[in-house]
Amino acid sequence: MAPTILEMRDITKTFPGVKALSNVNLSVEEGEIHAVVGENGAGKSTLMKVLSGVYPSGTYDGQIIFQGQECQFKGIQDSEHKGIVIIHQELALVPMLSIAENIFLGNEHAKFGVIDWDANEERTSALLKKVGLKEDPKTLITNIGVGKQQLVEIAKALSKEVKLLILDEPTASLSEKDSQALLDLLLEFKRQGMTSILISHKLNEINRVADKVTVIRDGRTIETLAKKDISEDRIITSMVGRSLDDRYPPREPDIGEIVFEVKNWSVYHPLHAERQVIKGIDINVRKGEVVGIAGLMGAGRTEFAMSLFGRSYGRRITGEVLLKGKPIDVSSVSKAVQHGIAYVTEDRKTYGLNLIDHIKHNITLANLGGVARHSVIDDMRELAVANDYRKKTNIRASSVYQLTGNLSGGNQQKVVLSKWLFADPDVLILDEPTRGIDVGAKYEIYTIIARLASEGKAIVVISSEMPELLGITDRIYVMNEGRIVGEMPAAEASQEKIMRAIVRGEGKAA
Amino acid sequence: MSTESAPAPHGNVAEEQRPRIAVSALATNLREYGLIIALIVIMLFFQFTTSGTLFKPVNLSNLVQQNSFIIVMALGMLLVIVSGYIDLSVGSVAGFIGALAANMMVIWQLGPLSNPLVVSIICLVVGGLIGAAQGYWIAYHRIPSFIVTLAGMLIFRGICQALLGGGSSVGPLPDDFKMLSSGFIPDVIGPLTLIPPTVNAAGKTIMGSGLTLHMTTIVLGLIAVLAYAYFGVRTRRKRERHGYEAEPFALFVVKTLVASALALFLVYEFASYRGLPVVLLVMGVLISLFVFVTKRMTIGRRIYAMGGNAKAAQLSGINTERLTLMVFINMGVLSALGGLIIAARLGQAVPAAGLGSELDVIAAVFIGGASAMGGVGQVIGAVVGGFIMGVMNNGMSIMGVNVDWQQVVKGLVLLGAVIFDVYNKNKA
Repeated sequence: MAPTILEMRDITKTFPGVKALSNVNLSVEEGEIHAVVGENGAGKSTLMKVLSGVYPSGTYDGQIIFQGQECQFKGIQDSEHKGIVIIHQELALVPMLSIAENIFLGNEHAKFGVIDWDANEERTSALLKKVGLKEDPKTLITNIGVGKQQLVEIAKALSKEVKLLILDEPTASLSEKDSQALLDLLLEFKRQGMTSILISHKLNEINRVADKVTVIRDGRTIETLAKKDISEDRIITSMVGRSLDDRYPPREPDIGEIVFEVKNWSVYHPLHAERQVIKGIDINVRKGEVVGIAGLMGAGRTEFAMSLFGRSYGRRITGEVLLKGKPIDVSSVSKAVQHGIAYVTEDRKTYGLNLIDHIKHNITLANLGGVARHSVIDDMRELAVANDYRKKTNIRASSVYQLTGNLSGGNQQKVVLSKWLFADPDVLILDEPTRGIDVGAKYEIYTIIARLASEGKAIVVISSEMPELLGITDRIYVMNEGRIVGEMPAAEASQEKIMRAIVRGEGKAA
Repeated sequence: MSTESAPAPHGNVAEEQRPRIAVSALATNLREYGLIIALIVIMLFFQFTTSGTLFKPVNLSNLVQQNSFIIVMALGMLLVIVSGYIDLSVGSVAGFIGALAANMMVIWQLGPLSNPLVVSIICLVVGGLIGAAQGYWIAYHRIPSFIVTLAGMLIFRGICQALLGGGSSVGPLPDDFKMLSSGFIPDVIGPLTLIPPTVNAAGKTIMGSGLTLHMTTIVLGLIAVLAYAYFGVRTRRKRERHGYEAEPFALFVVKTLVASALALFLVYEFASYRGLPVVLLVMGVLISLFVFVTKRMTIGRRIYAMGGNAKAAQLSGINTERLTLMVFINMGVLSALGGLIIAARLGQAVPAAGLGSELDVIAAVFIGGASAMGGVGQVIGAVVGGFIMGVMNNGMSIMGVNVDWQQVVKGLVLLGAVIFDVYNKNKA
């Protein structure tokens, strides 16, 4: 058995109000590829941030032992100095600088601050050869694709004399071919004796390259499987097998005719014109029905919803949207809103709220006509509306004049919901409606959803939390890589079934 | 927030919270009126250092006539900055429009089209077109406004100079046109002569043997003050009728009385000279209009939302591109009006008209509390900011402060005002 290169012991990390990691243990042997798997929000990325010093020592409990030494990293520089290099899911490259400049950014071969470009480019060429990238070191990052950018990140890591390479979802935005090439490269590095940690939820990839798998769930280590024990079934059970002690408000579904229908919806990436993000999706939602869309991060669910909502995402959008059987024009947000469609964003701070304005102004923004006559706003009516929705959705604030930027996540979410409720839509698309909010607020959001459904609205809920979908929806579509890969009544669905649909879908795409 | 306890029964809370509401109302009002208080303090300072010249009726009229174009353009600039953009071209556009107007009235023989009123209307339309041309690139092609309007600044200054044939000026402009800046409203009621020397509100004896009041000005002033008080009371009543707490009554009364007294004092000053300057009337109407648009109309609300979070505004169904275009068209029209006012005041078009005034306009908006990030700023703030700049120009000129040092002081005031704002915001 090879010696242990890294041991993380009893790592506990708390954020205000949330225990993100609780006594997590991870032990990695020298020269292996160790996969870390878990659902979105299970704590994988947090664990890696602890390891790489993004969360400095002292902000968490537990020990990190690397090559037999206990380490207390104060920042990324410390961990990189020891040879631990992390490549984040969002690449950290400067687009308008060349490959060589990026690789040696902050670490240039220089004398008295004067850069020796020849030395930089020579070393870059050598590194690019190692990762199998045939590009001129002078090429700008912006001119190469995501797959090649990923390789540049790896070359950058190699330039730092890496001993332990951590890849966070490296293939999430790569094509099938680029993914395979990347995995081959990892295997090649392994032959040369390098140790890697691979964070992924693509089980086929893990099957292919990993020597060991550690499963993390709800901030705890569930188990570590050796190569011979790795099987999709085992991993799936381990990943989702949490106790269902979340509570959901009871609901008597009263489902009517089809209200909202999308046919053969296709969307291409806004920047990479050849990349098709949404591939011919058909869905329908009935009156009073809550329909869930399950899938992993990067499945294209948000892109799908936003492209539906006034073409707010993507290019070359094709397909048909029908409301009560009639085709409608959703080519701009205001048209979509006029037709009674509302989209509650997953990212309330960036896309949902004007954080420097107060609750009242945010609530009426999508339907100013509702509080105005001849374009003149009726102050008293607006105040009454704001107070009414504040009560209905139970927004906790000193008054409707409180700035939304000062509210907690749950209350912010209720403001965004109120805004769209006041617009009085027939179809409500909720994207990750409970992300980043506490359990109590979640229950309130679920209650609002249930009430809206009972009022006869058609509701689509996009969520990465499978128990949530199982708990509040009537029917679930499973989406993966821009396609619907499964559809099931919520009563017959289970987390295993959803996971299986995703995994099979991935198999198909290969 | 989630740890907050549930609200207590209603009656109880109202009792407990009353003193707190009074204090917080005072605090917010102080911040709101801090700028006006600063203006008054600055005016009193210069009144003292210029041995009473600042508040002389003739000087007040001058002050208004000198600075009105800055304030008119600041109204447009406020919307531009609240939307999250900037416009560097306004001074050049003003200069260009002045040159265009002068040429139309004096050089080119256009027959009826040379009538000052027709020329003014054409010029406002041209200003709107210029705004649309710049706004188009900013709104629909996402070219940074800084760059588009920097280009506009060069382009229109160049055209302005070319229209004036190099370094020369074009004039004199017709007297009717000059009324826009240097005229006073006619006294339709007739003057009232007060024979005995009287003591005015500043506490000084008026020089000379008698005093004649411009009665139309007095009447207009009284109507404005009464309207202000009436609408104040009405809004208050309406809030109370709907069961929402208004600011404490005493504060409301003091506020209304102080504002009315100040207004009446100014009205009296103007009335004892030649009456209300035409340009002040124009400015007053525009200020009221912009206050109404920003505070009460949906388009105003949308502009603030766009400046606060453009993506969220877009996803709320607001056509941010069209809104941006409209903001720049508005800016263009007001720049044109500014140009007309400058030309009317000088009585001719000169190549340097409005040169550098974009910076005064932008400074006025920022002194008035607007945020460079967009989404924050008030019309009244920009107006008061403009007057603060104007009073400082005027006061320092009377004191005989060198123009170079005037700039230094204005720069320091701008920096100080913004630092004060940021500091306040961080504390809050």
